[in-house]
Amino acid sequence: MTGAEMILHALKKEKVRAFFGYPGGAVIDIFDKLYDESIPFFLTRHEQGAVHAADGFARASGEVGVCMATSGPGATNLVTGLATAYMDSIPIVAITGQVHTHLIGNDAFQEADVVGITRPVTKHNYLVKNVDELPRILKSAFYLARSGRPGPVVVDVPKDVQQAETNVPYPEEIEIRSYKPTILGHVQQIKKAAKMIAQADRPVIYAGGGVVASEAADELKKLAEIAEIPVTTTLMGLGIFPETDAKSLKMLGMHGTAYANFAVQECDLLIAVGARFDDRVTGKVDKFASKARVIHIDIDPTTIRKNVQVDLPVVGDVKHVLKELLKHVKPKKHPQWMRQIHDWKEQHPLRYDDNGRIQPQYVVEQIAEVSHRNAIISTEVGQNQMWAAQFYDYIKPRTFLSSGGLGTMGYGFPAAIGAQVANPDKLVVDIAGDGSIQMNIQELATAVLYQIPVKIVILNNQSLGMVRQWQGIFYDRRFSGTCLRRDASCPPQCDGSGDYCPKYIPDFVKLAEAYGAVGLYADKPEQVIPTLEKAFNTPGPVIVEFKISEEENVYPMVPAGAPIDQMIRGMA
Amino acid sequence: MRHIINLEVENHSGVLARIAGLFSARGFNIESLTVANTESEDESRMTLVVRGDDAIIEQVTKQLNKLIDIIRVVDITANYYVGRELVLVRVNCPPVKRGDVYQVVEIFGAKVVDISHKTMTMEIVGPEEKIDAFLETMRPFGIKEVARTGPIAMLRESKKKL
Repeated sequence: MTGAEMILHALKKEKVRAFFGYPGGAVIDIFDKLYDESIPFFLTRHEQGAVHAADGFARASGEVGVCMATSGPGATNLVTGLATAYMDSIPIVAITGQVHTHLIGNDAFQEADVVGITRPVTKHNYLVKNVDELPRILKSAFYLARSGRPGPVVVDVPKDVQQAETNVPYPEEIEIRSYKPTILGHVQQIKKAAKMIAQADRPVIYAGGGVVASEAADELKKLAEIAEIPVTTTLMGLGIFPETDAKSLKMLGMHGTAYANFAVQECDLLIAVGARFDDRVTGKVDKFASKARVIHIDIDPTTIRKNVQVDLPVVGDVKHVLKELLKHVKPKKHPQWMRQIHDWKEQHPLRYDDNGRIQPQYVVEQIAEVSHRNAIISTEVGQNQMWAAQFYDYIKPRTFLSSGGLGTMGYGFPAAIGAQVANPDKLVVDIAGDGSIQMNIQELATAVLYQIPVKIVILNNQSLGMVRQWQGIFYDRRFSGTCLRRDASCPPQCDGSGDYCPKYIPDFVKLAEAYGAVGLYADKPEQVIPTLEKAFNTPGPVIVEFKISEEENVYPMVPAGAPIDQMIRGMA
Repeated sequence: MRHIINLEVENHSGVLARIAGLFSARGFNIESLTVANTESEDESRMTLVVRGDDAIIEQVTKQLNKLIDIIRVVDITANYYVGRELVLVRVNCPPVKRGDVYQVVEIFGAKVVDISHKTMTMEIVGPEEKIDAFLETMRPFGIKEVARTGPIAMLRESKKKL
């Protein structure tokens, strides 16, 4: 078997249902073997599209996402996507071509030090120097990507290694002596956690992406129910606890709900589950949950005490730890605490003005209604992402796909493609801004040609809204570099927009049509529901453009570095 | 506080780059680092000296443990250990001063390894306090050049906590 054949053999052995990529000189041999294979392959229009699609596939399915690119620029184009997956702990195996081994280090054509470049943005990476090592390395790559705290792994394969023959079989099992993730939590620690839960009067669960990764939503729900504990989630955790449940506090942090942030600040026990105390969650870190004792359950020991001191760390896989914990937790009620939370919810709901224009929050609510909350939502990054997080009640894990840690604009659309490939029968909607969508708009060709029927809903505010929001609030309305209509005729300084502004480009409807997709446009509130219905009932990819105001901001908002209960409440 | 951390690592190319990358990315400072082969062909041993408070050292050891190619991380500072460092030091030494320098060499159990009309070069092996004292004593002669290996260390068999 040649190295190239071994790579495809590995994909089959790992039951890879689909992969995404882009060919080039250093991977021709793999593509040549692919010609005779039946593994579904999706040719994207940019390597970044391929890696985000693999990421979306992984997030929506729980399987390892796979992508492939050639050496040099092909591989460097993967870097943003790898960093995106690394920050959010998403399992990906990326296979890159490399120049011949005898050329490595010579600045050969399309050569880049890919293991060097990707080292800080991958869980691990390999340069394969000998074809006999390839089977073990590929097996390790899949194992590392999906086990422990998941993450992306790069396998860089020189062209001559792809061409060389090997008799070494693909291993069925693999052991890496230096890699032994802690799965079972320490039982004594877990018993202490149960005791702390029993003693608490105002407990809150703060759950994150680790619950998704370990498929522990059921266990989390049981814990919340037995001990009557309200649940707030991070952006990465949306969907692990049904947001329609009375115990749901929805998202916390910078753009979280006021009641989630109040609950965290007032609680006497914070149970962090598969979350990492990110700065967007904690705000001013020494004021975060300062009245609470903190239990921190996570599979990655480095997350413990990285940002905050905790009273009780439990290192282990969230699902296993919660299962064990459930054996020791006794039923409990917190009527007073639940009443307090109910009151906060009544007094400080998420809300927005009705000003006669299409409101982005309303669009997100209607996406939830029209899809019966049964869609997979991906987002771009910025205001669109926060509105998508706030105004759609997520009820199942793996239905909200978003670049949380890295905040990668251009993520949502290719991720939606990947999610749709993993779930051909589901409705997949990318909630986008007009800035982000243009960062990977070329993937419309991929969606149209492979008939991947994702729906892109563009909330078009003609600007880079989140940065503009900061400029509006903290920078005296000095809208530098955030207007997407600005042209050579504009005055050097401009603190708003008017009828005199240049025409917006592109025309997204025409753009959709140019690619052979369907484009829809609406600028009146009463058109929102019928337009969404039409879009969701149209086969194939659809772009829906809703024109919204550039003045609409995301609230509540915790200024960077402030305690999370000090929120700017906008119209409140 | 100053910590000596021993690492057993896979003898692959790129392992050192992973460790160096980790330290620069996370803003940890390495005071010294030694790397060499071990008895086993597929393993290398590294000794790191790192400064930091308890929280930093905890992160350093955890982050090192997380690197896939690192087999074992041991912070030996809290235990009895044998630490040794090798230093080469060249001092100004005209022939008339040779006797004075030699006296210090004798006292510290160092060794003269090179000599010229103007200089004398010594090697000394020992725990760091001894080396520091030796260098301090040599300073008045005029130190021209120093090459230090950085410490290597091993736990004592009787692993009694201090």
